[in-house]
Amino acid sequence: MDFNYTEEQLALQDTLRRFIARDYAFEQRRALAKSADGFSRPAWKTYAELGILALPFPEEFGGLNGNGVDSLLVMEMLGRGLALEPYLSTVILCGGLIRDAASTAQKEAILPALGAGELMLALAHFEPGGRHELDRVSTRATVSGKGLKLDGAKAVVLGAPAADKLIVSARDEKGISLYLVDAKAPGLALRPYPTQDGARAANMTFTGVEVDAAALIGSAGDALPIVERALDHANAALCAEAVGIMSALNEITLEYLKTRKQFGVPIGNFQALQHRMADMVIATEQARSMATLAAVRVDSADATERRRAVAAAKAYVTQSARLVGQQAVQLHGGMGVVDELNVSHYFKRLTMIGLSFGDADYHLGRFSDTLLAD
Amino acid sequence: MDLNFTAEQRQFREEVRGFLRDKLPADLSRKVLGGKRMEKDDFVRWQKILHQQGWGAISWPAEFGGPGWNAIQQHIFEEECADAGAPMQLPFGLKMVAPVIMAYGSPAQQQRFLPRIVDGSDWWCQGYSEPGSGSDLASLKTRAVREGDHYVINGQKTWNTLGQHADWIFCLVRTSTEGRQQAGISFLLIDMKSPGVSVRPIIMMDGEHEINEVWFEDVKVPVENLIGEENKGWTYAKFLLGHERTGIAGVGRSKRELKKLKQIASVETANGRPLIEDQRFRDRIAQVELELMALEITHLRVVSAESAGEGKKGAPGPEASILKIKGSEIQQMLTELKMQALGPYALPYIEDGLNADWSGEPMLQAYGDHAAPLSGQYFNVRKTTIYGGSNEIQKNIISQMILGL
Repeated sequence: MDFNYTEEQLALQDTLRRFIARDYAFEQRRALAKSADGFSRPAWKTYAELGILALPFPEEFGGLNGNGVDSLLVMEMLGRGLALEPYLSTVILCGGLIRDAASTAQKEAILPALGAGELMLALAHFEPGGRHELDRVSTRATVSGKGLKLDGAKAVVLGAPAADKLIVSARDEKGISLYLVDAKAPGLALRPYPTQDGARAANMTFTGVEVDAAALIGSAGDALPIVERALDHANAALCAEAVGIMSALNEITLEYLKTRKQFGVPIGNFQALQHRMADMVIATEQARSMATLAAVRVDSADATERRRAVAAAKAYVTQSARLVGQQAVQLHGGMGVVDELNVSHYFKRLTMIGLSFGDADYHLGRFSDTLLAD
Repeated sequence: MDLNFTAEQRQFREEVRGFLRDKLPADLSRKVLGGKRMEKDDFVRWQKILHQQGWGAISWPAEFGGPGWNAIQQHIFEEECADAGAPMQLPFGLKMVAPVIMAYGSPAQQQRFLPRIVDGSDWWCQGYSEPGSGSDLASLKTRAVREGDHYVINGQKTWNTLGQHADWIFCLVRTSTEGRQQAGISFLLIDMKSPGVSVRPIIMMDGEHEINEVWFEDVKVPVENLIGEENKGWTYAKFLLGHERTGIAGVGRSKRELKKLKQIASVETANGRPLIEDQRFRDRIAQVELELMALEITHLRVVSAESAGEGKKGAPGPEASILKIKGSEIQQMLTELKMQALGPYALPYIEDGLNADWSGEPMLQAYGDHAAPLSGQYFNVRKTTIYGGSNEIQKNIISQMILGL
């Protein structure tokens, strides 16, 4: 039982904290969110230099052999900075999927480039009408010459506008399979948009998009456990990001309670507000505990243990994030609902985290169903 | 970062389990697991068994007879004891007055009182709250007037737990009305057999006699029973409250009760199927389990920091308030769901149902034994968010001590 970071982890945390403070101040971030890319390419380069793009990959593919706890601390810091770069979709979600399920040749082709910051990926799995359900895939893969062609539609693909390649799920008679598809492939149409929290995503349609046989990731028909595992990594990372945001919101809100005066005194003198603040602190500590649990168990070889911990954490952290975010806005009064203060931006990101890759009810249900096996 | 116990800690857990298998009397664990009424002798018998093993006071430093365990070992021990259905070790002597005596008592007081706490000879109770002084404890009025080598005590204490069995009571008394009200309080140890002490039961809403009023009429207490200095009692009282709160997290007991809830939900039925298959009810169980998973890790985080020597040793910080708030809320959620799991069968009030030898009667056979204690437990644990510094007081502590508001 040890809740401490290693020296190396503390050093990385410190480096990221300084980077966020210096190069990712709120006004810079606001401008980035409105730029064409919606994120900073120089920051992405810095991430590559710091090693965090290669962090969760094995050494033989240019990685740093990081684990779930390393990702926890990176995501917590990126959360504090409200970083807009598609780290989650490229490194954690798609990089993790390639690491855990792709062939050696595919790993060699992708992971070093990804770690060097030369390649961005996005997972095109969820479909219109499919909500969070993993197996609602109607996109078809049919034999075409020596390869296949894909037809169908995907919804809210996070990080898609900047992605060089997509991991696409499609169904054939064997079941659901995953394919690595070039983002510029003929027949692939993108409808990009900003998300509520300033990031970028897209809906897309596939009309006879041709892929060759080597594009298959994992075994044919075997996509679901692969996607589930990759999404567990993404959700564990989202929990960590949310905890970073909640911690930042608590600090900001506390400062406001101590400085904002009404009726001649700091508003933090009022017990009604003190107790809300105490509730936010309690929720954040409990959420931190759950994010830690998820970060440690997401690497478990036992899929049931992994699923149980991540589902529990995502449900709980989402509930905690809702409380902290809403109360931070409330305690800031009118200043909580304006665009010019960072509070509303943290709140929006927290809210979108709760809706991504399964909401609180979805994950509570996923956890709850494990009780039947007890 | 590692959430697994070390090989050494796992071995320690096995040692504790082995001890419980061999030494925990079956009649006691049956009572605890069945939610039956506990008698004084049940607690005392278990304390004596633990003492024989050298485990009577696990949180005490070795110099006072503790086993020298770190906070993780203590956590493992408490978890295993709870799971096995060992009677709870009441905190009043072991975890409340003893740390105060160790920190602020004289060597003579330490030698006189501590050995009799750990070996189960003395039963202690608490004299803090008064009818006019609940959350505002420092407003207490029970007077202690110095007359030669005695104090003479007059006043009334309330919400006294299990004082009907007690040999001793530790009391906060007013020795001065000068200055701030906190500055006139002293910490006194009073023999319950002293002339002028009377104990009157307060029957709680579960119908049980667990709580009392204690009256003092011209009770003479030798000055050597004063802890530390006169008028410094508030400092000692705050120190004590910090100790009380960590115990209140009750992670081990809540894990046991969660298991019990699942058991009940797999026996009770809804629409002809086990209740646990009802998604609405199952999700409510899952929600409590999430809270408990989070609390367990938060608790371990606090405990690990403590055994690593961060923070003042043996004096839990204000984060104990977080544990108290969450721990008490979870206990209430669990008792509520256990009662809810019975549905209409939670209605019958069967006083004898809490007796160890009661095993139902023909008309109630199907439900009697497992159902009888559950409503009472729900009503009983409404106290947990009120006692030990109400949860609202805990939030004040968080605001002031952690947040500086």
